[in-house]
Amino acid sequence: MRGNQANRLNDGGLIDRSAPLNFRFDGKAFSGFEGDTLASALVANGVKLVGRSFKYHRPRGILTAGSEEPNALVELRSGARREPNTKATTAELYEGLEAASQNRWPSLNFDVMSVNQLFAPIFVAGFYYKTFMWPAKFWEAIYEPAIRRAAGLGRAAGLSDPDHYDKVWAHCDVVIAGSGPAGLAAALAAGRSGARVILCEEDFVLGGRLLADGGTIDGLSAAEWVARTVAELEALPDVRIMTRTTLFGVYDGGTYGAIERVNDHLPAPPEHQVRQRLWRIVAKRCVVAAGAIERPIVFAGNDTPGVMMASAMRSYINRYAATPARRIALFTNNEDGWRTAETAIAAGLQVAAVIDARPDVSPAHRSLASKGGFPVLHGSVSGVDGGKSGVRKISVSLTGGARAEVEADGLAVSGGWNPAVGLTSYHRGRPKWRDDIAAFVPDGAPPGMVAAGAANGAFGLGACLREGFEAGATAARDAGRSGNTGSMPVADDAAFSLTPLWHVAGKGKAFVDQQHDVTASDVELAQREGFQSVEHLKRYTTLGMATDQGKTSNVAGLAIMAAVSGKSIPETGTTIYRPPYVPVAIGAFAGHHRDENFHATRLTPSHHWAAEQGAIFVDTGLWKRAQWYPRAGEKDWLESVTREVKAVRSGVGFCDVSTLGKIDVHGPDAGAFLDRVYINAFSSLAVGKARYGLMLREDGIVYDDGTTSRLAEDHYFLTTTTAKAGLVMQHLEFCRQVLFPELDVQLTSVSDQWAQFSIAGPKTRDLLKEIVDPAEDLSNEGFPFMGAREVKLRGGLKARLFRISFSGEMAFEISVPARYGEAMARNLMIAGKPFGVTPYGTEALGVMRIEKGHVAGPELNGTTTAADLGLGKMMSTKKDFIGRVMAGREALTALNRQVVVGIKPTDKARRLRSGAHIIPKGETPGPDNDQGYVTSVCFSPVLDQWIGLGLVERGRERIGEIVRAHDPLRGEDYDVELCNSVFYDPDGGRQRG
Amino acid sequence: MRIVCPFCGERELGEFTYLGDAKPQRPAAGADAVYDYVYLRDNVAGVMSEHWYHGGGCRAWLKVTRNTLTHEISAVEPAAGAGAAKVGA
Ligand SMILES: [Zn+2]
Repeated sequence: MRGNQANRLNDGGLIDRSAPLNFRFDGKAFSGFEGDTLASALVANGVKLVGRSFKYHRPRGILTAGSEEPNALVELRSGARREPNTKATTAELYEGLEAASQNRWPSLNFDVMSVNQLFAPIFVAGFYYKTFMWPAKFWEAIYEPAIRRAAGLGRAAGLSDPDHYDKVWAHCDVVIAGSGPAGLAAALAAGRSGARVILCEEDFVLGGRLLADGGTIDGLSAAEWVARTVAELEALPDVRIMTRTTLFGVYDGGTYGAIERVNDHLPAPPEHQVRQRLWRIVAKRCVVAAGAIERPIVFAGNDTPGVMMASAMRSYINRYAATPARRIALFTNNEDGWRTAETAIAAGLQVAAVIDARPDVSPAHRSLASKGGFPVLHGSVSGVDGGKSGVRKISVSLTGGARAEVEADGLAVSGGWNPAVGLTSYHRGRPKWRDDIAAFVPDGAPPGMVAAGAANGAFGLGACLREGFEAGATAARDAGRSGNTGSMPVADDAAFSLTPLWHVAGKGKAFVDQQHDVTASDVELAQREGFQSVEHLKRYTTLGMATDQGKTSNVAGLAIMAAVSGKSIPETGTTIYRPPYVPVAIGAFAGHHRDENFHATRLTPSHHWAAEQGAIFVDTGLWKRAQWYPRAGEKDWLESVTREVKAVRSGVGFCDVSTLGKIDVHGPDAGAFLDRVYINAFSSLAVGKARYGLMLREDGIVYDDGTTSRLAEDHYFLTTTTAKAGLVMQHLEFCRQVLFPELDVQLTSVSDQWAQFSIAGPKTRDLLKEIVDPAEDLSNEGFPFMGAREVKLRGGLKARLFRISFSGEMAFEISVPARYGEAMARNLMIAGKPFGVTPYGTEALGVMRIEKGHVAGPELNGTTTAADLGLGKMMSTKKDFIGRVMAGREALTALNRQVVVGIKPTDKARRLRSGAHIIPKGETPGPDNDQGYVTSVCFSPVLDQWIGLGLVERGRERIGEIVRAHDPLRGEDYDVELCNSVFYDPDGGRQRG
Repeated sequence: MRIVCPFCGERELGEFTYLGDAKPQRPAAGADAVYDYVYLRDNVAGVMSEHWYHGGGCRAWLKVTRNTLTHEISAVEPAAGAGAAKVGA
């Protein structure tokens, strides 16, 4: 079936004519074949105009046949899968594909914004910077919106990505980038040596340039040789071939990044499959066989649709059997470009002329010209006549000054080849210039990496095979694999002769960077305006900063700059190369770490029970904690929380506090160790007792706090805050391993091993008696305040019981192995029913700790000392501990420091807010009079008003003083009284009772 | 970057946490000496001895010899005792 593919050849190519595919471009229906890219299918259908340019909205066509494409960018797919800036040259055709051109309004053929060309002077080099010089108001109101509307690439979907992305690791001996002749030869040598090989090819077919340019290898046609080689590689057990996979970056320690487009070639990924997969490949060696990119020559009208790279034209004709033009002119400065003329003739197309910038043309090509009946013009293309419908006529400046015109509907251009030096330069490597090929080649590479073939400046087929094979064999050997590499594939080398030519002077816009619409005169202007360094040139003109990263434009830009400045190209130098080599979707870097899987989620042991109770959960770090337990009829959180607090203070309640960090400290020196990490003493703590401890950083600032119990002579059980659990473990391991290795002590993180519940309220003991074995003495004498020991529960389970109180009530904390946590919650509900037991969440916990004046995260904020928190007396003077010396510094002991104090509004009905600043009465709010701020607030059911804690200058000396709470953020200003931070039961009788 | 943990073998950077210069020794006493220990750190461009924590593995503190210019790691050893703390009165 031919469909409407008028520019499709009847034979040849790597397309499957028995598998037609229908697609739409800008709403119009077309057909192509399996094996096509979107670009090749458009070529086959005679579509020349595929987009409008970034700034000037000039009509643009397809320039290349690969991932270096600057022009043929489309929006692919629709809805949530709409993907802007997709290269038509690499997008595989599939049945039902929908693509739309970009940067045009209202349509590709009639684009209103192309009037931008008339305003071209405002879009010259540095236009953003120059525009910023205009009055700021003008910029925001007029220019920026106008420029944003006029310039830009495609539209993002604006919807959540419905697809999944995967991230995986792989390890191998040799990773190879590229499957052209060099890459396949490298894989053969390494694979035969017994190396574990990963071969990455960004295309969906293996072979690289062999697919378009053919050749003879080992007496076989290129296609036969590729088939034989791939069959051999696939038979090797340790060779993995990955197509649709681009090696995009190299990182320290032999780690490589690769993106596999697993299902981009389908309308949507099949169920349970990912769209793309990000590979992190750890390899002992890497062979870069990424080939070379043919470079354009810059001349006026070089962006006219129908102007195409000579090698791309061969790709479309030979690989896709699609003819970009009927009558082709070729503009070349090198021998290789002539292959396009050979290809055109072989395909039965007309060659209008070959314009060769070199003084001489080989006899073989002369005879080709006479056989093909076309002229060879010595000179350069100086202009192109044509528009959105493509090239019509080409103006030629002949050597010697005469002019000529050539009628053609396609112009193939070859300015030579640039080795793909990206990967080899990603560790700040600077490629070196080679005069003989007038190109940059790798000059060294990151450790373990080597370039081979065209990527290394070896353009001949024989040389590619040789370099690739040797690089593969050496890489395998270096990785410790020494099997027999067998015989090397052999082919002839074609001669490579080139006369450098970068820019042809002429009338009209001559584009260097087609994607960012940077012209030769922009480069010259930047140079005249003093932008001498290539890095400045790049940023001022935006040359090479588009999604193609200047793959077809950077070297030409340098060359033009060099010419203007009178320097050589190597003197001018290159910009720094940075990964990724091709754009990689953020989604691929994120992988499955998005939405609810953005980070791990930790559930408390009683989570599922709490969820059954209808608890509202709050994220605290990775944890989900029950915040409150609403009941039917309660109108808001405050009502629920107030009920929970009252229930605890008048009866009994419980709360899952398993999120606290828990560390078992074992060993004969455990006490001595704790003495050094806490400001207070623990070696003197009696077995069976708990003590509140405070840790400092070495700079004297408070680090963390918690209760630590001595369960045996050589066994302490230490708790940390929820937030610092991991960090305290790390800090203690540092103290143990690095600072105090002489101490015989071991640390074990048991945070996840124990479910811990706080049970609080005057009826706590009644409830506990139902849970704990009757033989255990829970009386005030048998289990006094700050007691801690192992107990047996009814049924025989062993638990750890601590008589500690955060709420200020008679309270215990009980620890059971985590797997019993949920059962414990259920049992507490059953056993506590007669006492009206009430589960409470973190809000009620917070209310009760503020009522009791206990400090927490908002007060342990990384700037406070022990004395600031009112805990200065805990600091032992009899021992050394972390932070002791620095805590004694003048500024940390100054009398005017902001210290913790209680705060309550003088108007009992007023709500106090965290963050309000404390200003003395009668003073003007401002930095000079700022004496601190409110750190924690709550509505206190006991006091029936809002209360809080704050850090206030000399606060504890100012109890009773009325000050202003100034809250400009919320537009509030009201009087508050500084008061004792312990609002509830200041003598602590309730918790001791 | 990859670090060869003496206990776990070669592991990826994400398993480790960086602390800093491994040279300073915690002094026994003296405000000036402690000040230097806490605040004065060399910012080496070249080979440096550093503390790294294998929190994603064995929880060992390691002394890693690394070139800060190239990220090349030339030695990894347990940091046990590297801080050589002396306990003051
Ligand atoms: Zn380890």
